[in-house]
Amino acid sequence: MQSTDRRDFLKLAGIAGVTFTAGLFPGRPASAQRGADFHFVQISDTHWGYKGPANPDAEHTLEKAIVTVNGLAQKPDFIVFTGDLTHTTEDGKVRRERMKRFKEIVSELNVKDVRFLAGEHDAALDKGEAFKEFFGATHYTFDHKGVHFIALDNVSDPGARLGEEQLAWLAADLKQRKHDDRIVVLTHRPLFDLVPNWDWTTADGAKAIDLLMPYQNVVVFYGHIHQENDHMTGHIAHHAARSLIFPQAAPGNAPKRPPPPPFDASLKPLGTRDVAMGAKAPVITELPVTKA
Amino acid sequence: MNRRLFIALLIAGSAAEGVVRLARAAAPGEIEIQAMKFDFTPETVEVKRGQAVTLVLTSIDRIHGFKMPEFGVRTDIVPGEETRVTITPEKAGTFVFFCDVFCGDGHEEMSGTLVVEN
Repeated sequence: MQSTDRRDFLKLAGIAGVTFTAGLFPGRPASAQRGADFHFVQISDTHWGYKGPANPDAEHTLEKAIVTVNGLAQKPDFIVFTGDLTHTTEDGKVRRERMKRFKEIVSELNVKDVRFLAGEHDAALDKGEAFKEFFGATHYTFDHKGVHFIALDNVSDPGARLGEEQLAWLAADLKQRKHDDRIVVLTHRPLFDLVPNWDWTTADGAKAIDLLMPYQNVVVFYGHIHQENDHMTGHIAHHAARSLIFPQAAPGNAPKRPPPPPFDASLKPLGTRDVAMGAKAPVITELPVTKA
Repeated sequence: MNRRLFIALLIAGSAAEGVVRLARAAAPGEIEIQAMKFDFTPETVEVKRGQAVTLVLTSIDRIHGFKMPEFGVRTDIVPGEETRVTITPEKAGTFVFFCDVFCGDGHEEMSGTLVVEN
């Protein structure tokens, strides 16, 4: 499988601009919006319930981000949360309390089409049981304005496997697609081996990529690593999003994965993103937690 | 209570209930590694380049994983069972092993180092 790192990514992906905030708020240039069929917003790794020095403002970050998303001049058609909605706990009662409170907070979003994926913090300790009670299925598809979205679950199995059953489901779904259909895959963990020594991978993710490879227009959006990252496996682009809780170390910058670096608000390590879907590659615009 | 003291007490408590077997001396060419949320003991394992060594893996609390990507090694560690992995390191250096079965808040730090000496 051919892999490409970030240095070569933009050129190969043909992305005209991965911009930062400009164009999405009232009164600002809207170049990033032109030509888009629709927009969606990706929010990832909110880890509701986390308390610690990696984010001194953890209790308010999600609410602030919701205000920012609600203020977008171009209202997104839908919003997707790509996992780790809540921070892990071994107490099933606390897990459900966190999910309940998380759901209450995000009900303040003024876009009502909201999709949820699980992360291992939500689902790995109970195989997704609590997540399903609050948010429904952990893998599913939906179609929006000519784009086929596939949400994959690589976290309910504590060994970070999609599993043969889900892979068969994916294969059956893809058989119904034409090879030039526009397909967006949503998932929590990277499907490819980003940093095997940090377990930043999906145990059987290569099987999913092999299934997707015959399709010409596939893009993957994921979370888990708490930072932007762009990567190509062949012609398939994979885009990781920032988190709303704390940043993680840059991929592979140490033999073992270091703990989260000290929080430094000046680095703007947290945020969400707008994705403009047009005829060409998606245009990603990173959004701050709070509008400047 | 600091974490190490807490873990020591937990092990002592478990041993009193007969959950933990007394450690036995490892056979020649064997190194025992015990997994428990969220540590491997020992955390650092030293071996010689070119010499086969069998890692004898046990868990005293729940299923953990043991993954060493640079050696193509990955296995579950199931409580009550010994899992044996034999490797022959061909080059000196330090190599990471870690738990790859999500086991709770601390899972991401559950790792160790294999040191291969000339």
